[in-house]
Amino acid sequence: MNTPRRIELPWLRLRWVRMLMIGGGILLAYALPLLRPPVLTTTGSDFGGVLVAMTSYALVAVGLNIVIGYAGLLDLGYVGFYATGAYTTGVLTSEHAHWPFLLVLPIAVAVTMVTGVILGAPTLRVRGDYLAIVTLGFGEIIRIVILNTGWLGASAGIKDIPSPPSLGPDKVGTDQDGLFQIPHIAWRGLTPLIDNEHKTPFLVFGVLDAVPYYWLLLTVLLIVLVADYLIKESRVGRAWEATREDEDAAEVMGVPTFRYKLLAFALGAAIGGLAGSMLASGQGGYINPNSFLILLSMLFVAAVIIGGAGNRWGAIVGGALVAYLPERFRALSDWRLLIFGLALMLIVNVRPQGLLPPRRTRRALRAKAEIEELEGEAVDA
Amino acid sequence: MGTKHNLRILGAVAAAGLALSACGSTTSSSASAGSSSNCTSGQNLAFLGATTGDYGALGQNMVGGIKLALDDYNTKNPDCKVGVKVFDSQGDPDKATPLATQIVGDSSIVGLVGPGFSGESLATGKTFEAAGLPVISPSATNVTITQQGWTTWHRVIGNDSAQGAAAASYILGTVKSTKPFVIDDGSDYGKGLASYVKKGLGSKFDSANSDTVQTGQTDFSATVTKVTASKADAVFYGGYYAEAGLLVKQLRQAGYKGLFMSGDGSEDPAFVKAAGAQAANGAILTAPAGPAPADFDSKYQSVNNSPSGLYSTQAYDAANIFLAGLDAGKSSHADMNTFVGAYSGDGVSGPIAFDKFGDIKESVIFAYTVKNGKLDTANPTPIS
Amino acid sequence: MNFAFLFDNFFQLTITGLALGAIYGLVALGYTMVYGVLQLINFAHSEVFMFGTFAVVWVVVFIHGTTSANQSLGSSLGLLALALIAAMLTSAAIAMLLERVAYRPMIRRGASKLMILIAAIGASFSLAEIMGLRDRIAGWFGLEDKLANYVSQARNVYSSPVTIEPHGVFTFVNYKVTDIDLLVIGAALLMMFALDTFVRRTRLGRGIRAVAQDPESAALMGVNSTRIIQATFLIGGLMAGVAATLYMVRIGSTRQNAGFILGVKAFTAAVMGGIGNLRGALLGGLVLGVAQNWGAALFGANWQDVVAFVLLILILLVRPTGILGESIAKARV
Repeated sequence: MNTPRRIELPWLRLRWVRMLMIGGGILLAYALPLLRPPVLTTTGSDFGGVLVAMTSYALVAVGLNIVIGYAGLLDLGYVGFYATGAYTTGVLTSEHAHWPFLLVLPIAVAVTMVTGVILGAPTLRVRGDYLAIVTLGFGEIIRIVILNTGWLGASAGIKDIPSPPSLGPDKVGTDQDGLFQIPHIAWRGLTPLIDNEHKTPFLVFGVLDAVPYYWLLLTVLLIVLVADYLIKESRVGRAWEATREDEDAAEVMGVPTFRYKLLAFALGAAIGGLAGSMLASGQGGYINPNSFLILLSMLFVAAVIIGGAGNRWGAIVGGALVAYLPERFRALSDWRLLIFGLALMLIVNVRPQGLLPPRRTRRALRAKAEIEELEGEAVDA
Repeated sequence: MGTKHNLRILGAVAAAGLALSACGSTTSSSASAGSSSNCTSGQNLAFLGATTGDYGALGQNMVGGIKLALDDYNTKNPDCKVGVKVFDSQGDPDKATPLATQIVGDSSIVGLVGPGFSGESLATGKTFEAAGLPVISPSATNVTITQQGWTTWHRVIGNDSAQGAAAASYILGTVKSTKPFVIDDGSDYGKGLASYVKKGLGSKFDSANSDTVQTGQTDFSATVTKVTASKADAVFYGGYYAEAGLLVKQLRQAGYKGLFMSGDGSEDPAFVKAAGAQAANGAILTAPAGPAPADFDSKYQSVNNSPSGLYSTQAYDAANIFLAGLDAGKSSHADMNTFVGAYSGDGVSGPIAFDKFGDIKESVIFAYTVKNGKLDTANPTPIS
Repeated sequence: MNFAFLFDNFFQLTITGLALGAIYGLVALGYTMVYGVLQLINFAHSEVFMFGTFAVVWVVVFIHGTTSANQSLGSSLGLLALALIAAMLTSAAIAMLLERVAYRPMIRRGASKLMILIAAIGASFSLAEIMGLRDRIAGWFGLEDKLANYVSQARNVYSSPVTIEPHGVFTFVNYKVTDIDLLVIGAALLMMFALDTFVRRTRLGRGIRAVAQDPESAALMGVNSTRIIQATFLIGGLMAGVAATLYMVRIGSTRQNAGFILGVKAFTAAVMGGIGNLRGALLGGLVLGVAQNWGAALFGANWQDVVAFVLLILILLVRPTGILGESIAKARV
């Protein structure tokens, strides 16, 4: 059997070609809800709204990827950070104060980061497998505290959370919305037509159109990706890699593993809080504790693992898929959790490294395949 | 060691199968294309609520009620049948929001029966208001929903304040309790209802005689101990049937002999089953709805192949209001909304007319007693 | 914080807490054994328990029919014995199915623990959903009507028609201890003692300890690790079946998601007591049950889960290996 070869595309070597492709890809991503391509568009639920969910989950997955993929810490309570960001935003913009959203956003991120440090400090000393149950416990503690505390809205939740500030007048449902209006594309068969009945105003964050929220989230995601890249390539990223692969060896070599693990936890928390804050000021402007169940934590972990833990693009793909597929195939709704469970079991059996494994895993698998070929038989890991 | 190619395909298939979770379906039992007639065909009602997941049973009850109403209507109007489009939100407000956008973007939908839960109602109300789509909820009872200033939102179920006040006056007046104990399940509905009961009990209620449990809890030993230690003679539980049934069972087993009362959330046959017939006897369940006509359940079963349950009658009434509007020739959202606002008639759940906030005007509260191991649905006592 | 209430009703709260905790402990035994031998969190053990509870109701419905009845413990012993056997067999079967289908292929391949955990989570969801969709699944075979008493309204609460009424046996200070309390606590102690003896005295038990300590050396010494792993899951399943029966005697109703939160609590109990340690599992369970009730008395029942998790964190901070320390591998079981 041949050793798997890397796909060689000579023109990809040119930097400007790569830049063009990336630029084109980003432009396509922004245009997606307007283009409404035939097979991809969800018919059971608003496509713009689904894209918002996909980008939110992708953002969360990128954050969780830092914790699980880079630093190797199994966090089953990530939904707690999501909730902290959302509730900090809700409390400061609606429930007990009326600060503007753009001011509250960095505060929510900071508060969640501090929460991450407070949670991380005791728990990261605990052994690997225990970390799972302790983080799960923390996630539940946060949810139950919110549920039981009237000051945080309890089970009634917090409503009337303001959306991000709009550009241009907000005359909802009319043609004078925003600075200018962008029509959607409707498809008859394979022919695109300009649909003047459905337009998205630029840039109004209203209640009828989810697309501007999607654009904002996409922008935030891109910024976070750049930051993620910079951190991963720095000594912090290398310290994480060393800690994850062999913590004792790293300690011996002088890496302060505890501090770096705590940093991973805090950064992951910050991103989770950012995503939560954007959730709170979303189209519905309403949050309640039932949006932050253990099931959601499991879903996030599954998204990262399926996408490929340790690879930020894998996390994005995993997060987006986990949000997209149930909406695309709504007809199978009764069976969705069963299919989810079976698919989880199938994927980790068939492709345990995930859909887009990080480079180090691909290298390791390639090396293993080479050795197996040389030895002529299967080699134990 | 299969080929990488096959594994990749399998992996992609598995990944495709993977996130078939979260959020539910849209099953479109579509209207048939009408022949020449004076009514528009291809119209639909929409339902937004939880039809799958842990709360799926309630949503399915409501969809069943809508389908029964449509079945009646479509038999009488074979040329302009109306269908129902079901949007499953699993009771999650986050999922409800894009669904609401989808609903308002669908021009075949004339009205929404739903949302099922108060959380979803609060999250989506603005969207429906902005689009002008009339909404009638069969089950969302949170008081603040009708205080938002929305002109398109209505509900056919009495809100918690009426039910709570009636229950409180029953406890003080009919039962003449001197030491009432109020328990709630921390949910929006249960807590809301319990708080109105506490308010109605006034000074007779000692705040030490209260407790909050959690939905999904099955062992209530600490709460039971609290009740028996306080020597309470009446217990009101604000919450749903699963916990109510287990709670009354454990109370009786611990020797509690006083009154057990709960609200409409406990009105489901599973309440009696969970409690065991003996413990459930004597329990009083309040509801802002009169008894359904005797043949309702059998007609429901013939259309839906399963027994009716909590909120089926309310959903049936809500759907019928929209259908009456279609009969009267109202087709635009604005016209239908005016029709709904001015509607006055008798539904199977009681007389229906809406006040200017969208709440139901007359809300007679009935008390149903469990006798001989069954909830006596035929002879309720009006208590408000 | 309502200290007066706690003190006045101390014994009622504690004894009912012990009964609750005994069930946690029995389920925790399953988690702790599998972890001790495989270092694997068997997330799906909660569904093993859940299937056992359904088996109990199915047997009761099959033998007794669907009419409600209230019976004392004494007169129900025959029915309970049959239900117990059914529950133990069902739970054991599900546990072994899990091992064969979900775990063995991945363990053989040396998959990372994270992957196996994800597979466990997937298995947990799948099993719970299968129970929640049993009416549809029965419908495929056309058995929906015939089996209506067993499969209808699959997502709703499913109650046993026979309710077992507790009778007071003796009064301890101001609480009348009931026969059910004694049964539950006694059964858990008995099971733990039996399991303890099994692991210490029998050959299979020694094999389990050997594989837990060092799988390679055990293999070199002739221990068949596949058999051992199967036995571990089997025993965990049997214990869950006992727990399921006791749970149904006490509570009487179940649901397809009844295993989930109980499983989380039971795993918490196992970790509290010292993961891998059999006595620790039962001790952790009892401690958790009592702490929950005391917490509910002090702060209100809606805070009892928070009390449980905070207790877990405190215990791990002070004693990172749990109260009794980890140890199925060591001779001190």
